[in-house]
Amino acid sequence: MEAIQELEGHTDRVWSVAWNPVASSSNRSVLASCGGDKTVRIWEGDCSDSSSSSSSWNCKAVIDSFKRTVRSCHWSPDGKLLATACFDGIGAVWEDVGGDYECVATLEGHENEMKSIAWSASGTLLATCGRDKSVWIWEMEAENDFQTVSVLNGHSQDVKTVLFHPTEDILVSSSYDNSIKVWAPDPNGDDWSCVQTLAEPNQGHSSTVWSVAFDADGKRMVSCSDDLLLVVWDTSTNPLESSWLSFIILLPLIFKFCLFRKHLCTLSGYHERTIYSVHWSRRSGLIASAAGDDAIRVFAEANDPSYTSRAVFSMVGKQQKAHSTDVNCVRWHPKDDDILASAGDDGLVKLWRILS
Amino acid sequence: MALQNANPVIHERKATRRQRPSIGDESAVEEIDALEHLRDIRDPEHPYSLEQLNVLAEEGIEVDDKQSSVLTLPRLRVRKIPGKLFVCGSWIILAVNKQLNDKERVVAAMENPYLAQTVRDCLAPLEEYE
Repeated sequence: MEAIQELEGHTDRVWSVAWNPVASSSNRSVLASCGGDKTVRIWEGDCSDSSSSSSSWNCKAVIDSFKRTVRSCHWSPDGKLLATACFDGIGAVWEDVGGDYECVATLEGHENEMKSIAWSASGTLLATCGRDKSVWIWEMEAENDFQTVSVLNGHSQDVKTVLFHPTEDILVSSSYDNSIKVWAPDPNGDDWSCVQTLAEPNQGHSSTVWSVAFDADGKRMVSCSDDLLLVVWDTSTNPLESSWLSFIILLPLIFKFCLFRKHLCTLSGYHERTIYSVHWSRRSGLIASAAGDDAIRVFAEANDPSYTSRAVFSMVGKQQKAHSTDVNCVRWHPKDDDILASAGDDGLVKLWRILS
Repeated sequence: MALQNANPVIHERKATRRQRPSIGDESAVEEIDALEHLRDIRDPEHPYSLEQLNVLAEEGIEVDDKQSSVLTLPRLRVRKIPGKLFVCGSWIILAVNKQLNDKERVVAAMENPYLAQTVRDCLAPLEEYE
C-alpha cells in the first residue's frame, strides 16, 4: 500500500474518520474526522490526487463548539447528516447549511463519556454508548427531533462501540467487559433487548473489544480487541445456511431467536498491540485493521466465501509505521475499492491506496 | 478525612543508581528505569514517596514487555495511588493495569482537571532529579 495524502490540521490525536457515503464519488470525496482537540473537521478532495504539491484536498469546515474530546463520528446513510459522540456525554447531529455545519439535534442522557454513535440502515434510528455501561437507542420522531426508544443495560463495563447491521434493525455493541452483545427489537416492538452475548465461552475475546464491522450484506462480522485477535463471526440470519445438523438442533430456537451468531475464524499472531479499529470493505471484501503498534494490516479471504461454516483469512498487506504512533481508526472508501483512510495519535488523517 | 495509614513506617530512600547493568540484560535495565521513575512518586495522602513508604521496592518490580506495562508485585497495603485506584493484592494489580493500558479511559480521566492536577502533584518530585 502507498500513502497518497496526509491531512494536517488537528492539534491532538485523531480518534475517528468517516467517509460520506453519498458525497464520495470517483473524483470528489468527503471525509469527516474528529479528535482530542475537540473539533470535527470535514475534508474534501480527489482520491486520484497522489501528489501533495498539486493536492486538491482541503479542510472545508471545522466544527469547534465541543467541550471535550470528540470520540466518534458517523454519516447518515443519505449523507446529509453527521452524528458525533463526545466525552461530555452528549451526542449531536450536524447538517451542512451553506458550508457551515449547524447542530440540528442533541442526544442527552448518558452519565459520562459517550464513546460511539451509529445510524441504522434506514436512517431513522441512532444508537449511542459510553462509559456508563449503557446503550441507548433513539428514534427520529419528526424533522431533527430524536426521542429515546430504549436504554439498554447489560454490559458490565464501559461500552466502546455500537453498530447497526447493514440491512436489519439489529444492533451490536462491544465492551471493556470483553463481550459483544446483539440487541433486537422485541416482537411487540416497544422495546429492545439483548438476544445474544458473544464472550469467551463462544470463542470470543479475552480482553476489551474495541470495535466491530460487518461485511457488505451483514452475513458476517469481524471484531477486534486488546487481546490482539481479530474474530470473524457468522451473523447470517437464516439458520438454513448453517449445517443441517445445527438446523435441527436449533429448530426450537429458531422461532425465538431467528438471529444466531457463531464463531467462524480467529486471526492471531499478526498484531503486536491493541487493535483499536477494524473495517470490512463493502466492495472488495478486504478487512483492514488499525493497531497500537502503529501499523495498518489488510486481510483477505482465502477460501470460497459461499462455504459458510468455516472461514480462512490471511494477511495480504501491512503498512508498518502507518502513523508515527498508534493508529486509532481505519475506514474503506465507500466507492473506490483501493482507498483507505486512517486516523492516528500523531494528529494526522492519512489516505492510502492498496496496490495489488 | 482520616488517613488510613496515619503513622506510616518510613523507610530509607536508596541512593539513585547511575550504573547500568551489562548490555543484553534489557529487561533488567527497564526494571531499574521503572523503579527510578516510580520511586519518587508521592502518595497523595502523605508527604513521603512510594519508596519511603515501602509500597515499592526494587525486588518487586517486573516489566511486562508485551503489554507495555509495569507490574509491581504485591507487598502493597491498602492505599490510594494517584486519583482513584485502590491497590490491595495481585489481582487488583491486573485490573489496575487493564485500566492504565486503556488509553481512551486514561485520556478521558486526565481531562478531569482535579485528577490531572493530583497526578501532576504526585509526579512533581521527579522534576528535582532532572
